[in-house]
Amino acid sequence: MLGSFSQFFLDLYESNPKWNFIYFYDPKQADRVLEGLWTTLELSVVCVIFSVVIGVAGAWLQTLPNRLVRMVVQGYIQFFRNTPPLIQLMFFYFALGQFTPTYSPDGWLEIPIISNVGWAIISLSFFAGAFNVEIFRAGIEAIPESTKEASESLGFSRLQTYRYIVLPLAFRVSLPALNNNLVNLVKTTTQALVIAVPELLYQMVSIYNDYSTSMNACMLLLFVVYIVLVGILVFGMQRWERAMNIPGYGS
Amino acid sequence: MSENEMNSEQPIVSLKDVHKSFGDLEVLKGISFDVKKGEVICIIGPSGSGKSTLIRCINALNDINSGSIKVHGREVHDPKLDKLELRKKVGMVFQQFNLFPHKTALENVMMAPVLVLKQNKEEVRKRAEDLIRKVRLQGKEDSYPGELSGGQQQRVAIARSLAMNPDVMLFDEVTSALDPETVKEVLVTIKELAQEGMTCILVTHEMGFAKEVADHIYFTDNGVIVEHGPPSTFFTESSDPRTREFLSQIL
Ligand SMILES: Nc1ncnc2c1ncn2[C@@H]1O[C@H](COP(=O)(O)OP(=O)(O)OP(=O)(O)O)[C@@H](O)[C@H]1O
Ligand SMILES: [Mg+2]
Repeated sequence: MLGSFSQFFLDLYESNPKWNFIYFYDPKQADRVLEGLWTTLELSVVCVIFSVVIGVAGAWLQTLPNRLVRMVVQGYIQFFRNTPPLIQLMFFYFALGQFTPTYSPDGWLEIPIISNVGWAIISLSFFAGAFNVEIFRAGIEAIPESTKEASESLGFSRLQTYRYIVLPLAFRVSLPALNNNLVNLVKTTTQALVIAVPELLYQMVSIYNDYSTSMNACMLLLFVVYIVLVGILVFGMQRWERAMNIPGYGS
Repeated sequence: MSENEMNSEQPIVSLKDVHKSFGDLEVLKGISFDVKKGEVICIIGPSGSGKSTLIRCINALNDINSGSIKVHGREVHDPKLDKLELRKKVGMVFQQFNLFPHKTALENVMMAPVLVLKQNKEEVRKRAEDLIRKVRLQGKEDSYPGELSGGQQQRVAIARSLAMNPDVMLFDEVTSALDPETVKEVLVTIKELAQEGMTCILVTHEMGFAKEVADHIYFTDNGVIVEHGPPSTFFTESSDPRTREFLSQIL
């Protein structure tokens, strides 16, 4: 026997054939939704973390005197910022994927050491990371020379000036732009669909390909999930921004 | 003559034929003067005459092209000089205050002794509280710079410099960015310092103040010292037409 919740959606489908909320009464489809949701969350969280790490590291590399290093970082930024992330995903998975070593658990199957999820993480992290480098660099450059001179004239070393003065201020300056970029990143994870990463969009497309009457319900779920997911991210970032807020500084 | 007396005659700061250029622009064209312990000297002169450059060379925020600047007999622009040693002896206060905006007034004062001199935090706190009281800001310890008026910020900046126990204090037009009402409270603080025997080098446009506190006044124009003398004679007996013109405009 179905519960009354499931029964309600089954009845709805019978009276309105365009609104087949199949994932509310078919446990198999519900599992696909949950798996998609989980993959999306995993992809988002891991890419957010990696892209921030790449951003901080890249911004630091750009402050080094070595010209070659800075040129490499610039090249990286130009490449990832000026090309579509969808193409980047395909390039990483289909082009670079051919050259990655494989391993064989049973002496028969050949499994590449980097899975499609792995490539999606790499590709999307580098994509968002390129923007983060620019965001953090702008934050560092926004700190006036005079503030650094003040700390220098108090005897701070270059590293101490960076650690205690420049970075804490630059980070606060960067937060709003970082917020935007991370929202973009979470939305862009849907493009991992093209390399068959079983994230939410992939799962929903699979469901309505199998049950075409469920298309409206699938679309609706996608919108709701992303509104909630991005909403949580924005809420968290804004809380963080407020917690870092300095009375009388900025705004 | 005992050794002590001889030492007290030795200047704390000594400049000899200092030249400084920015590219093709020669800003300092042979500046020489001595400052003895406990002396207060004021540097006046038209905008762009190189006053800030001069004062910044004394604590090595700018380098020089030729000549010599000695603090306690040690050459400031010797590449082997430990800049930290220099900055422990020379405090600097800037026109724009340059407080660390993410730190409270008390933290601004405590930071350098704790991080640079590695002094005990609790002892530094006591001293910092005394300094805050000295500049008449008791009750403002936990305010951030953005919550303080210009005059209050400048007094925190003075306390911050004093926390390093310097032998010489440099002041570069420290009242120029202030409202007329708050200029006085900062000048009072500096006057007290001077009366306590702190060696001070001040760039200022406050002629009344210079007359009152200075032991010696230097008038610079176009990168040279045009005229100098004790205030008793400087304002009345200066003969150079450039000095006369400057004084007539400003008095
Ligand atoms: N970092 C720099 N690079 C190039 N030129 C500079 C630099 N700093 C100062 N100058 C130039 O050196 C000259 C002297 O500047 P300085 O700031 O020492 O003058 P000032 O006497 O302090 O003037 P003011 O009274 O306006 O503060 C000016 O012509 C200025 O443009
Ligand atoms: Mg100046």
